[in-house]
Amino acid sequence: MKSLNFLKSSFIIRFTLCVGLLYAGQLAAQDGDAANGETLFKNNCASCHNPGDQVVVGPGLKGIQQRRDLAWLVKWVKNPNGVIASGDQYAVDLYNKYGKAQMTAFPSYGEKEVKDILAYVEKYNTAPAVVAVPGGGAAQPAGTTSGPSDLFTYLLVALLIVMLLVLGVLMTIVSVLSKAVTGTEGTQATGETFMERLRGGLTTFAQNKAVRTASVWFFILMATKATLDGMYGIGIQQGYAPKQPISFSHKLHAGQYKIDCNYCHTGVNRGKSAHIPSANICMNCHGVIKKESPEIQKIYAAVEANKPVEWVRVHNLPDLAYFNHAQHVNVGGVQCVQCHGEIEKMEVVQQRSSLTMGWCIDCHRKTEVNTKGNDYYTKLVSLHKTTTKESLKVADIGGLECSKCHY
Amino acid sequence: MENQTKRYWKGLEELRNDETFVKNASSEFGNLEKPESTPNNSIVDGLGDLGDRRDFLKVLGFGMAAVSLAACDAPVKNSLPYVNKPTDTFPTIADWYASTYSEGGDYASIMVKTREGRPIKIEGNNQSSINKGGTSARAQASLLGLYDVEKLKGPKKGEADADWDAVDKEIVAQLAAVAARGGAISIVSSTIISPSTKAVIADFTAKYPTTKHITYDANSVWGLIKANADSFGKAVVPSYDFSKAEVIVGLSCDFLATWVSSAESVRQYAQTRKLSSAKGGKRTMSRHYQFETVMSMTGSNADYRVAVKPSQEGAVAVALYNKLTGGRAASLGEQADKMLTKAAADLKAANGASLVVSGSNDPNVQTIVNAINATLGAYGKTINLNAPVYYRQGNDMAMNAFIDEAKAGKVGAVLFYEANPVYDHPRGAELKEALTKTALSISFADRADETASLCKYITPAPHFLECWGDAEPKAGHYSLIQPTISPIYKTRQAQSSLLKWAGASSDYYAYVRNFWKSNMGTGNFEQFWVKCLHDGVYEPAAGISESGASYLGNTAGAISAIGAAKSSALEVVLYEKVGMGTGAMANNPWLQEFPEPITKACWDNYASMSQKTAKDNDLSQGDVIKVEVGGKSVEVPVLIQPGQANETIALAIGYGREKAGKSGNGVGVNVYPMASLKSGYLSFNAGTGTMAKTGEKRDIAQTQTHETVMGRKAVVQEGRLANYKKNTMEGRFLPKIHTSEGLKSPGDITLWNGYQKPNHSWGMVIDLNSCNGCGACVVSCQAENNVQVVGRQEVVNRREMHWIRIDRYYSTDVDDKVEEMGLIDGPRALEIASENPDVVFQPLMCQHCTNAPCETVCPVLATTHSSEGLNQMAYNRCIGTRYCANNCPFKVRRFNWFKYFDNDNFDYHFNNDLGKMVINPDVTVRSRGVIEKCSMCVQRIQEGKLTAKKDRRRPVDGEIITACAQSCPTEAIAFGDMNDPESRISQLLAEEKEGRAFTMLEEINVKPVVSYLVKIRNKDVEKKATEAHAAEAHGGH
Repeated sequence: MKSLNFLKSSFIIRFTLCVGLLYAGQLAAQDGDAANGETLFKNNCASCHNPGDQVVVGPGLKGIQQRRDLAWLVKWVKNPNGVIASGDQYAVDLYNKYGKAQMTAFPSYGEKEVKDILAYVEKYNTAPAVVAVPGGGAAQPAGTTSGPSDLFTYLLVALLIVMLLVLGVLMTIVSVLSKAVTGTEGTQATGETFMERLRGGLTTFAQNKAVRTASVWFFILMATKATLDGMYGIGIQQGYAPKQPISFSHKLHAGQYKIDCNYCHTGVNRGKSAHIPSANICMNCHGVIKKESPEIQKIYAAVEANKPVEWVRVHNLPDLAYFNHAQHVNVGGVQCVQCHGEIEKMEVVQQRSSLTMGWCIDCHRKTEVNTKGNDYYTKLVSLHKTTTKESLKVADIGGLECSKCHY
Repeated sequence: MENQTKRYWKGLEELRNDETFVKNASSEFGNLEKPESTPNNSIVDGLGDLGDRRDFLKVLGFGMAAVSLAACDAPVKNSLPYVNKPTDTFPTIADWYASTYSEGGDYASIMVKTREGRPIKIEGNNQSSINKGGTSARAQASLLGLYDVEKLKGPKKGEADADWDAVDKEIVAQLAAVAARGGAISIVSSTIISPSTKAVIADFTAKYPTTKHITYDANSVWGLIKANADSFGKAVVPSYDFSKAEVIVGLSCDFLATWVSSAESVRQYAQTRKLSSAKGGKRTMSRHYQFETVMSMTGSNADYRVAVKPSQEGAVAVALYNKLTGGRAASLGEQADKMLTKAAADLKAANGASLVVSGSNDPNVQTIVNAINATLGAYGKTINLNAPVYYRQGNDMAMNAFIDEAKAGKVGAVLFYEANPVYDHPRGAELKEALTKTALSISFADRADETASLCKYITPAPHFLECWGDAEPKAGHYSLIQPTISPIYKTRQAQSSLLKWAGASSDYYAYVRNFWKSNMGTGNFEQFWVKCLHDGVYEPAAGISESGASYLGNTAGAISAIGAAKSSALEVVLYEKVGMGTGAMANNPWLQEFPEPITKACWDNYASMSQKTAKDNDLSQGDVIKVEVGGKSVEVPVLIQPGQANETIALAIGYGREKAGKSGNGVGVNVYPMASLKSGYLSFNAGTGTMAKTGEKRDIAQTQTHETVMGRKAVVQEGRLANYKKNTMEGRFLPKIHTSEGLKSPGDITLWNGYQKPNHSWGMVIDLNSCNGCGACVVSCQAENNVQVVGRQEVVNRREMHWIRIDRYYSTDVDDKVEEMGLIDGPRALEIASENPDVVFQPLMCQHCTNAPCETVCPVLATTHSSEGLNQMAYNRCIGTRYCANNCPFKVRRFNWFKYFDNDNFDYHFNNDLGKMVINPDVTVRSRGVIEKCSMCVQRIQEGKLTAKKDRRRPVDGEIITACAQSCPTEAIAFGDMNDPESRISQLLAEEKEGRAFTMLEEINVKPVVSYLVKIRNKDVEKKATEAHAAEAHGGH
């Protein structure tokens, strides 16, 4: 099994290496950064455009460089409305052809971004083998993540066996040696073997009242601690990973496709709740992608029936605690993974943190306030500097006070 | 026993060594065969052979253990996202919509806060020039009515549920039949201030030409309208501008609370009462005289108040007129004469900057008042006939005529819209009978109330928060009503119903829009409409020009009609309470538990009378008496009210509902039938009555029973304007403590270290001069902080939960003699409520003491101090010792004696899913056994700070505001960051530091962050000076 696993992973490594080389080869041939382009494309364009020649909402992008020059494309991406309004014949035709659906403007995009996207489109269409890669790629992290943990267990077991063996050998040696010793000085000895003396010693030890009392107390205390620990654990749902009505995979969406968390969890920078995405957000992509999947069909059913999908809440805070995502993510600059764990690797979302008050407080004690570029904190920072050289922690600005979270 | 030879045996079995004996010898109870179990001896069904007591207990024990173990697993919670999320709405982020509250003459342009699609709070709309961000207690409480589970869930035909299509069909057919035979169709409503609704009624009338629209008000001002028609040819209620009045005389007129346009008056009046201790600050204030029977909220704010009997109402007006014009005035008693002379002199001196108002519904009295105002030249200055207000348009005559017609069987069809005359009209009983003779009767009421339950059909209209609509409270001032939630039940707006029955489209939204398009729209209508909806108001005539008016009234006629005051032995008068109003919102637990500003009583009406009247009749508080007027009697408990005219009994309207709902039914008694109709005009002066002791006792649920401050100047501080002009520290009490180093101020000797407040330092300044005791803050706080209603009995037990209360203290001239009387006699002397005391209102919430006594005694640190100056309360840490409450010098901590939500013993909307929709999701609902108190709306502070942080800036002053401060119609409460030198509170404190600002109980050095500004009265000081002089001569020290 072990060797099999090893073989598998080595194969994957080699395969990945090959693919990687293939990538590298293509990258060199391109002007833009296709990897960056892929991210940009998947996050922003994929809901309307196919990199091949399929029409989704807008036209497929295959051969786009043959159709339009770079300058026009940059202008178009930056401000499609402007181009249409300027009376550009091609733009107007395009607009009319696709049902007068306006393309979203990306004013922040420059030549660099457009080139990157074009590089990705080029790559997508020139190397169809690459398209298969995501499937293989998906298997890869699974192999590598399960590999080390299994290996570790095997190693531990082996180490234990080795240690037991060493112990046995040592015992034998001690016994043989002691026999040899008693053999030479047998006249003085009581005639007991080492093992007998050991046993005798242990018996006296065990009959000692103090030892007995101590051990009884030891067990009582251990039992109490275990009970208390158990009680503290009540209501803590760390590791809770309920089955969801739709087997949505964060590993696929956030991990493999690298869709930004914000894309679906739209409230995370605005308010208390990060928001479970509404069905219409799913439909942005799944209006065209994987329509036949039975899981996606559940979304369609929900939309048709105008009944929300009843997701199971994974992270439950008690009602007495107030938590606000915007404070932590927008203001504090805390990364999602810090509390939610590596969501991008979870097939089923699991509660990774304990979400206890101790856990909150602990972080508030350790975390520095994200004061950079925030005028709210300017005065506080300068005040803090006058008293101490330590950095300004959340606890220093009242992060441990009751009514910051309980009201 | 070693030489034992005898053998002892317990029985033959043992002696014989029987097999069964040997087997059982060692077991105490023996393993005896169990008798066959019968199905009946099993305690638990289905336990079969286990049916013995021990087994049962075992099973029970195991079961409980299993259940509690299983309960350790948190229940599965679901998250339901939108299917199609609206673009601009984000769950957990509040949306605000502008709308309008209008009910029984009470009006406010409001902003409605909605969370996840449900309205949870009402605030005033700053854009409205009428209420300018202020609200009343009733406007605040109206929110709870939306979630009243006792409303009708659909149309009704008689007792049976019906569906809209069927009901519409039947009604249309019957209306057509009535119209065809020329029968009268009457629409009976309270005042409608919606111009589009009036247009709808006009459309309905066009379809059914025999339709008549009858408007009546439970608390009518038809006499005023009539008088204005006679005096000026304009049948309107003019707009009054109290802000321009230097001298105000109120004649039985509660213009700050229950009279017309109180929403506007209250703010204008407060403007004239504001003072500033800053250099060159405002040191002038209006002088207010009040002549009235009942101690009203307005009267309690007056500088000079005189108690007069209801029968003298007209005579007072005539006497004032005569004194102004130099005529001979009949004497009304020494005190009244003196005050009338004084008032007349002040009025004259004000040179037109004066205002005399009367709450009387007698056109003769109002004619005299018009004559007085005309003589003084108030028209064009403080009274504007060009900008009438429309809060009350009820026509008493028309209503009377309608009831007569109904009795005669002449009414073919009647439609009741926002009207419940069977309950709130003196002739309700007659109407009740007459309704049986009416072929078609329809009510648009939201519940089967006293009138609706007698109707053939009820086509319920939804709550105003589910409606479209508009309002014109004052000429040229329009506001819109927009729904903030989709209809909860299968209800339909009355306007839609009327339109539908008139054969038009029932889309009232389109109707309002078109109405505005054709009547108000300017330029691009789409833009105009969106702007109006957004702003909530459209005020093309905000600056309407004022002009004088020539008085053409028949003064002499009015004087002779009033005649000489015919005072009788015992007069009964009806009045409207600040909270309950006319009783239309009786099923609102927030209003029922709202303590009336003066009596501090809730959940009841009562016979209030003066100390002297009670003593003369051998009555004490709580004695139930039978009051009889004109053959109608009620049994009510006695409440002793200082300041009330002797030989009068006052009874509040709005109580004694029978079909309002669980919270309103049977609370108090209905006194509307006692109201009289004097030559057709509704009068709350019921006339001569009698009273008799029944021998029963009934506790009145009062939230405050200590009537005076007991001479403690550290609690309430007050002074007089003339002194204040000379010394801004007038009335201030500066305690000193004796130490070994001589006298020191309490702040200088302290055990406390204080707190660093590097970031924010929240604080509050409350101006006792601006606070008129209206109590909008109390209900606002209740709505914002999920404060529970506890019910009448628990209030009697002194367990009310309000986080902010308004302490009302009476003070008398005896006050001046306190020092003279010595410490022992002083407070006792003060407890005797005087004939006509001064009143101070002091809003009191947690003072967030910097040296908080509550914090030091909490054994579990459930209450601690924050670095922003807040005294925090962690409910889940609280174990309910109540040490903090005992150690609080202000008594602002509240204990949850019960779980008040989800508890059917407290049936006040919080025990059903609909009622609980009003809960503010950002505030914990406290459970049994914990202490709670004002948090200074920490949820708003946190939200405001977060908004600022998200924008990468400091919070702007005014951005973060507590619920009480926001809803205050007079801006008496200023909240803000005392660390921000630009904030209003910092500036106020800087100005008033050497002026009126004081903190309560300064001598115990708890250092509250709430400061109060000394109450200044515009009273003359001569009297006091001579008194002090006399005292000096007398006491010789």
